[in-house]
Amino acid sequence: MNRPTALSEKAIVKVIHPDDNDSIDHQTHQSILTTKGIFKSYRKSNLEVPVLRGVGLEIPEGQMTAIVGHSGSGKSTLLHLLATLDEPDQGEIYFGDRRIDNLSRGARDRFRNQTIGIIFQFYHLLPEFTTLENVLVPKMIEQNVFRYWMNKKKYIERATYLLELVGLSHRLTHKPSELSGGEMQRVAIARSLIAEPKLLLADEPTGNLDRENGEEIMTLLRNLNQDEQLSIVMVTHDENIANDADHVIRLESGKVMRQAA
Amino acid sequence: MYKLLLAWRYLKTRYIALASIISVTLGVATLIVVNAVMSGFTHEMRDRLHGVLSDVEIKSAKAQGIPNSSAYIARIREICGERLESATAIVRCPALLNFQFRGQMINQQIMLVGIDDETYSSVSDFKEYLLNEQNRLDPNFELKETGYDARMEIAGWPHRREQVEIERRLQKQYEEFYREQNGLKKPVEQVVIPRIDEQVGDDVFAPLPDSVPELNTEDDAIVVLDAPETNQIPSTVDPYSGQRAPIGDEFDPSTEHNVGIVLGLAIAHQKGRNPETNEVQDIFLCRPGDDVQITLPAANGPGGNLRPASAICTVVDFYESKMHQYDASFAFLPLSELQRIRGMVDMNGNRAVTGIQMKFKDGTNLDQIREELASTFPPMIHGFQIQTWEDVQRPMLAAVELEITLLNILLFLIIAVAGFGILAIFFMIVVEKTKDIGILKSLGAPNRGVLSIFLSYGLSLGVVGSGVGTVLGLIFVAKINEVARCIEWMTGREVFDPTVYYFTEIPTIVNFWTVCFVALGATLIAVLASVLPSFRASRLHPVEALRYE
Ligand SMILES: Nc1ncnc2c1ncn2[C@@H]1O[C@H](COP(=O)(O)OP(=O)(O)OP(=O)(O)O)[C@@H](O)[C@H]1O
Ligand SMILES: [Mg+2]
Repeated sequence: MNRPTALSEKAIVKVIHPDDNDSIDHQTHQSILTTKGIFKSYRKSNLEVPVLRGVGLEIPEGQMTAIVGHSGSGKSTLLHLLATLDEPDQGEIYFGDRRIDNLSRGARDRFRNQTIGIIFQFYHLLPEFTTLENVLVPKMIEQNVFRYWMNKKKYIERATYLLELVGLSHRLTHKPSELSGGEMQRVAIARSLIAEPKLLLADEPTGNLDRENGEEIMTLLRNLNQDEQLSIVMVTHDENIANDADHVIRLESGKVMRQAA
Repeated sequence: MYKLLLAWRYLKTRYIALASIISVTLGVATLIVVNAVMSGFTHEMRDRLHGVLSDVEIKSAKAQGIPNSSAYIARIREICGERLESATAIVRCPALLNFQFRGQMINQQIMLVGIDDETYSSVSDFKEYLLNEQNRLDPNFELKETGYDARMEIAGWPHRREQVEIERRLQKQYEEFYREQNGLKKPVEQVVIPRIDEQVGDDVFAPLPDSVPELNTEDDAIVVLDAPETNQIPSTVDPYSGQRAPIGDEFDPSTEHNVGIVLGLAIAHQKGRNPETNEVQDIFLCRPGDDVQITLPAANGPGGNLRPASAICTVVDFYESKMHQYDASFAFLPLSELQRIRGMVDMNGNRAVTGIQMKFKDGTNLDQIREELASTFPPMIHGFQIQTWEDVQRPMLAAVELEITLLNILLFLIIAVAGFGILAIFFMIVVEKTKDIGILKSLGAPNRGVLSIFLSYGLSLGVVGSGVGTVLGLIFVAKINEVARCIEWMTGREVFDPTVYYFTEIPTIVNFWTVCFVALGATLIAVLASVLPSFRASRLHPVEALRYE
């Protein structure tokens, strides 16, 4: 794999403790995502389960960042917060310079729809839609019926191109149930790219796949990262994969452990 | 965009949802059919109820009636002006009718209506109901040669001549027999014999004799044989003698007839089944051409006492309004004759009537007319009863209206129950689709987008359900007679027993607005049932939804 030189000078992920929030100083490397002192806990009746206890981190643009940690350490919770799927109890999240954790619901919907791409461990494709339609869903959500029909040709062209990119150009009309796990994940990747996002958030994209398929997906992501300058944040269990990333963030008991990349 | 596509895909792949709207479909179809049949029945029934009744009638309860009817009619015309189409005076009087059928006397209570044959048919549909085709065009009280209903093998003059022939031959035979028995030489002046021209027995379906039966001297003349041996033949032999036209030079029953009377068909006609073939048969107790006797209270009883008046009439026609209540009671005869029989003509030749019937232009508010007439002729002063035909039939009409309302409520409740079925199934679908909802939301679908997926899903289910229901209902209505025949064929029983109902076809009226209302109502119920689950779906938290297994 041919790594670009820009990535060889490794950026340092700054770990910010909740008590020294002010110590963020912007690095030469522009960070695409920044969080400050995020707290998140789940409440079930009287029982409170604190999951994140002051997470502060910066995710550099155009690089591949891995988030690792034990099962139940709050990786998925953190990723959901970064994706604006959930709101933190406390703390701030910035996308570039824009604060996103306190956006209105509509603005967050648009943010997820147009600015970032998300992929999940369990692919999460719509079973009633074909491969091609699944890839087009974000566009369908974005545009009203009229505009969608006007631009339909363009969108289909892009979706086909993306499916070609992930190596599925021959499976356009298949339903998810007719695809293998790896293929489904590749469809999910194609879908996450349809809006041409700057940032891709992935929650254990290879967690459900065998080694071979997992490696294929990783190669795909790595290529996207290099060819399109796509920033990728990836939650993973797999140490090998984590080692492959440009940066590694280790979550432990709701906090980020300082870690050499 | 995804909303429509998803709703469509769900509709295509979720047959369970389609099952949930079958109840809507059936409810809608039933409502349409029931409404069509009920309004068909109602229309038919209103027609029949209206039948021989005029729009509005002024009745006088006094036996002497209204003395100067033309003055009243002129006044009514003044009040109602343009709206009044026509008015006619009538005499109405309860009476007893009796006539002979196969040697037995039949008694019936009837309501005699004396009508002016010139103007009466202008206030009601009377003439359309007459069985004789000539009378339907131009009604009068003359016995006709031809044109009677096909149900009667013989009627009118041919029937009368035949009866007179039979009677005369019997008379002759009897006279001879009587002379022989009593050793009389000279012919008898007047002989009245019992009617024995037909065999009286249990079997009313026995064919009528082709020829005049021979007199069985042993059995039939026994009464006479016991009679005292005088030249004077006892008049007690025949209790019904008054019914016959007097035989004399002036009156020849084979060429002349008495006052014409038009009987309601049900007075003289029955439907029955032949016990052997089980076919529906028409049985006529008397026919046009037969003589009947009427007995009624005269209007001019001395000193206010009731005095019966009696007259012999000749049946000249039947009318069939298909409204049993009328067909079994009303009998019409010429107004002038009834006035004469009842003694309603005073010394100066002024004739009194008991009622004035009016017909109004279509769309006239009859209730308003009634009020106007009532204020002109206050009941307190005139003793009149002013009624529209709907007033007369109010209990019947109200019962039918209530029935229709209740049926509609019940059937709509069925659709409402179906609505709850949809609600339950929708909740199921939302639960089943929780993950999809999470996916859509994670991809940026707004809440209202998710809401509209399920709402449009509910809407399309409602539209499909009530659309199919409407089409099914309309097809059913269009083919209802075929369906009835099919049921008859399968079960071997008649759905509408023709001896009970007058119609052979089931009447239906499809009201466009009723159909619209039913279809829209059902659609609305389906949409309403999907509102709650849709809201729930739209409120789902994306993370929770994604986590849902
Ligand atoms: N809705 C919830 N209610 C209560 N507790 C929750 C809820 N969601 C997550 N948790 C808890 O929060 C903690 C973190 O969950 P999270 O899914 O973020 O872990 P994770 O690091 O992604 O684990 P894994 O590696 O197994 O995916 C867990 O202990 C979990 O039990
Ligand atoms: Mg997780």
